[in-house]
Amino acid sequence: MKPAEIRAIVIEEIEEIAPDVAPVSIGDHEDVREALDLDSMDIFNLVAALHERLGVDIPDAAAGQFVTIGGATSWLAEHGKC
Amino acid sequence: MGVFTMPSLGADMAAGTLVEWLKAPGDIVVHGDIIAVVETDKGAIDVEVFEDGEIGELLVDPGTQVPVGTALASINGAAGEPADRPTAPELLSSVETPLAGDSIREALIDISAIPPAQRSRGELRVSPAARQLAGKNGIDPAKLRGTGPSGAVQLADVENAIEQPGMVATSEANQAPDLSAMRRAIAAAMARSKREIPHYYLTHRFDISATIDWIEQYNSERPPPERLLLGAALLKSVALALTEFPEFNGFYRDDQFVPVEAIHIGSAIAIRGGGLAAPAIRNTDTLSLSELMVKLRDLVARTRRGQFRSSEIGDPTVTVSSLGERGVESLLPVIYPPQVAIFGFGSVQEHPWAEHDALAIRPVMTATLAGDHRANDGHRGALLLRRIEALLLQPEEL
Repeated sequence: MKPAEIRAIVIEEIEEIAPDVAPVSIGDHEDVREALDLDSMDIFNLVAALHERLGVDIPDAAAGQFVTIGGATSWLAEHGKC
Repeated sequence: MGVFTMPSLGADMAAGTLVEWLKAPGDIVVHGDIIAVVETDKGAIDVEVFEDGEIGELLVDPGTQVPVGTALASINGAAGEPADRPTAPELLSSVETPLAGDSIREALIDISAIPPAQRSRGELRVSPAARQLAGKNGIDPAKLRGTGPSGAVQLADVENAIEQPGMVATSEANQAPDLSAMRRAIAAAMARSKREIPHYYLTHRFDISATIDWIEQYNSERPPPERLLLGAALLKSVALALTEFPEFNGFYRDDQFVPVEAIHIGSAIAIRGGGLAAPAIRNTDTLSLSELMVKLRDLVARTRRGQFRSSEIGDPTVTVSSLGERGVESLLPVIYPPQVAIFGFGSVQEHPWAEHDALAIRPVMTATLAGDHRANDGHRGALLLRRIEALLLQPEEL
């Protein structure tokens, strides 16, 4: 899967978790917790949703990278099966 | 024959509007089924039934506002034999005593100003922030085109609508700064709390590394959906500690404290864009950490979508407010009447920490207890906070 496709999936899942925010409007390296007011429960749900959708096992230690859209995209591009 | 009545969904509710029937006459219902949607100042709430039977007559039409306790429907005992009465109704009836005097007058905030919930919630999704802004501006979210996932109406859609002529209701709606329904509910409950409850506050700082290390280890062995957040451990340790301190779990009503045996901890959940709600996880002390985590995830998600169940919003016996990772060191929370205690947990922060005559850097948490001095005292409150710390630092026992 191309990084652009992964990125689109990350944004989709953020929208699913928090339908009232607009992740398309923020930069790839902005912390979504600050920019979109997401909390640790939202990040937990994002990691769980991406794990289920993409079938990638995301270790807890890597979850820290999922607080930016860019960080999540590049981790998944590097470690994903596809 | 049983009667299904307008439930009291919180200390400050005097009336509610029946929005939608989800069951029809002749439908068989069992304890816990959601049979109606009621709009209150806390938003649209799914209301459960507490007995088994067959729906008889529907006595109130959708769109009607009625006082708490009004009969909404009759329920006939199932299949000729009297339905086993589950234990919950006794508990709930003690919880849902109608309010007296002042509380009712105060609770009679202008419910007619609250926008009605959408009729078909399956088809129309509206984010809480969007609903709030729409209500403030007299806009019906059902008339907007949602641009969110599955066509959900988002804040931006409402903002766009406000800029279009003709969408905003003119006249009274805009004259006074109309606080949203949720804000009014918070205002009523918190003002009553500060007026009536003699609060005292205790704070306790402790090294939480044992818990954090344990959760890290636990999570490293499990796939993402089965992992834990610190919040689940906080709820469980408070619940277990409360079993030994009954004077902190229950309600202060009619000039006396009435302890409640079951421990239903309300979790203060912030709504993005403003407001909060504190629905309960029932029987918190009996759930394992993993069960608690599943319930907490579900509750946060539904609260932010504005979907509570009546049993969650109506009967928390005590509340926990946790600031999470982006908060500040500590909070001094305000008790939700008629409860008599609320616990606050600040963000975990690294601090210099004296230990074995040496200085170390440790993750430190500050726990706070606000107690109602009419029901409990600082000495026992301090023992309670220490007990919570002890339980929290042995997470494998939780």
